[in-house]
Amino acid sequence: MAEQTLSPTTTGSGAAPAADPPRIKPKKQRRTGNALLGVLAWIVGIGFFFPILWMVLTAFKQEADAYTSPPKLFFTPTLDQFSEVFSSGIGPYLLNSVFATLMSTVLVVLLATPAAYAVSLRPVKKTQDVLFFFISTKMLPVVAAIVPIYVVVNYIGMLDNVWTLVVLYTAMNLPIAVWMMRSFFQEVPKELLEAASMDGASLFRSLREVVLPVVSPGMAATALICVIFSWNEFFFAVNLTASQAATVPVFLVGFITSEGLYFAKLCAAATMAALPVVIAGWVAQNKLVQGLSFGAVK
Amino acid sequence: MTTTTERPDTAAATARPARGPGSARDGWIRRAPLLPALIFAIIVTQLPFLVTIYYSLQSWNLVRPGSQSFVGLDNYATVFTDSQFRGVALNSVVLTVGAVIFAMILGLLFALLLDRQFFGRGFVRTLLITPFLITPVASALLWKTVLFDPTYGLINFVLSPFGAGNTDWVSSYPLTSVMIALVWQWTPFMMLLTLAGLQSQPADVLEAARVDGAGSFAIFREVTIPHLRRFIELGVVLGAIYLVNTFDTIYMMTQGGPGTASANLPFYIYQRAFLGFDIGQSAAMGVVVVVATIIVSTFALRLIFRSFSGAEEAS
Repeated sequence: MAEQTLSPTTTGSGAAPAADPPRIKPKKQRRTGNALLGVLAWIVGIGFFFPILWMVLTAFKQEADAYTSPPKLFFTPTLDQFSEVFSSGIGPYLLNSVFATLMSTVLVVLLATPAAYAVSLRPVKKTQDVLFFFISTKMLPVVAAIVPIYVVVNYIGMLDNVWTLVVLYTAMNLPIAVWMMRSFFQEVPKELLEAASMDGASLFRSLREVVLPVVSPGMAATALICVIFSWNEFFFAVNLTASQAATVPVFLVGFITSEGLYFAKLCAAATMAALPVVIAGWVAQNKLVQGLSFGAVK
Repeated sequence: MTTTTERPDTAAATARPARGPGSARDGWIRRAPLLPALIFAIIVTQLPFLVTIYYSLQSWNLVRPGSQSFVGLDNYATVFTDSQFRGVALNSVVLTVGAVIFAMILGLLFALLLDRQFFGRGFVRTLLITPFLITPVASALLWKTVLFDPTYGLINFVLSPFGAGNTDWVSSYPLTSVMIALVWQWTPFMMLLTLAGLQSQPADVLEAARVDGAGSFAIFREVTIPHLRRFIELGVVLGAIYLVNTFDTIYMMTQGGPGTASANLPFYIYQRAFLGFDIGQSAAMGVVVVVATIIVSTFALRLIFRSFSGAEEAS
């Protein structure tokens, strides 16, 4: 194992030392140390991921194989649990989750993009106050507002309606999105914008040709983070929906209470609930870092 | 237009002649793109809170129809004399602070491990960020059943050689169990941020320090830690914002129990409102929590703003 981890750093680093000379000292001692730390990183990574791996494995077991002590590592995989989860009606919940997530993400991007443009490229007076206000709305605990929200939503007949979730998820993600997009807008070179306006380009043309190309990767990162938080949201969903508009996390709760505890089936349902966002996050992990650091990384 | 907009705040403060840029009309044109988001945020997030204040002055229990009446600050008096509320508030603090600190320490250590060349680094990073992506409800279930189950759980299986046989983790140590699940979930977030910080260290500064003969540890203390500071601050503040609102993990793992041993403020207020139907009481608690949060977050926001204005001056 140590040999394996060592070899790519030494042989495969024909180009690496040139790019990164101060980090790797040509000392044998240091190399072994590095290799050991590499092994440690692998152990930590696998250890941290192991609960998830076990959940996915259990999802492919029969219930009898899931309830064993000591836990069973080898078993005949089956898709029974997944088909049972489907037949117990996860479909509509998935559709609600997809709708609430995508629709609120679109709304967030539509609202946050011009706002971020205003606070970064054409700064309004009291920019700091505006930014402060947005982030402060995230600091207010949502529980403090849930009672009136419930009463109002009930009063206008929007209880158990997906659009209620769309509106609330939009409000929930808007502050973070404004902050993130502001940091991406600030990377637009001011000289380019000024050159465009001197050349007589209209506002929309300079937006389309100068600003958009720079900020669109940032918009994608922002959208991804909104998707993660909306898909995983539980508090509003469990309190404001019942049978028509409930999302996947709510399905998981109902699933336990109605069926009792079945390890394998539960793991299958949990895997299905987590999978879409996990895959999206894996694919776009670089964007994720960039977005979450609010442009603190240059 | 040619002389403005290098620095947001100075531009706003100085560019204010009577006509042209800075006039009232120009101000509104500049403000217009901001308004939809601002108005939306005010309506959806601020108005309900005003209504919460109104409800907090009412005695109103849904179980007793027609019981709604103005009682002034009675609800607040009850909240402050409620020993359960104090216990739950303490739980909230312990849970938030504990989870943030442990997640940050682990995240920093993992980031340091990943900030070096080794075989399969990208893959290990992918493994490590996954707990952050998992639906919290699913992760709470995972911890409660697959890991903490007294008979079939993996934790007891792993610990059995050390004599820790059939501990029922969730009912014996509810608050700790919840915190462990939260730390697992938030460590990747802290790791991502600090890793981003580590990798954005200016190479020339590191090299200069090395040329000056600084040892690894000295470089870490004198260069890396100061550079990481704003990434750590950002992680702490954002992590705390989300963790203080933790609801799903408690709902799924312990239902706040036994008693209120593992309830935090969001869960307790939810119980009062949706299981106890005591609107007035839960509203008053909500207001108390918000006031406390505002006090704490004012300091937290200062921290973010200081980090960020500093960052912009530097770049």
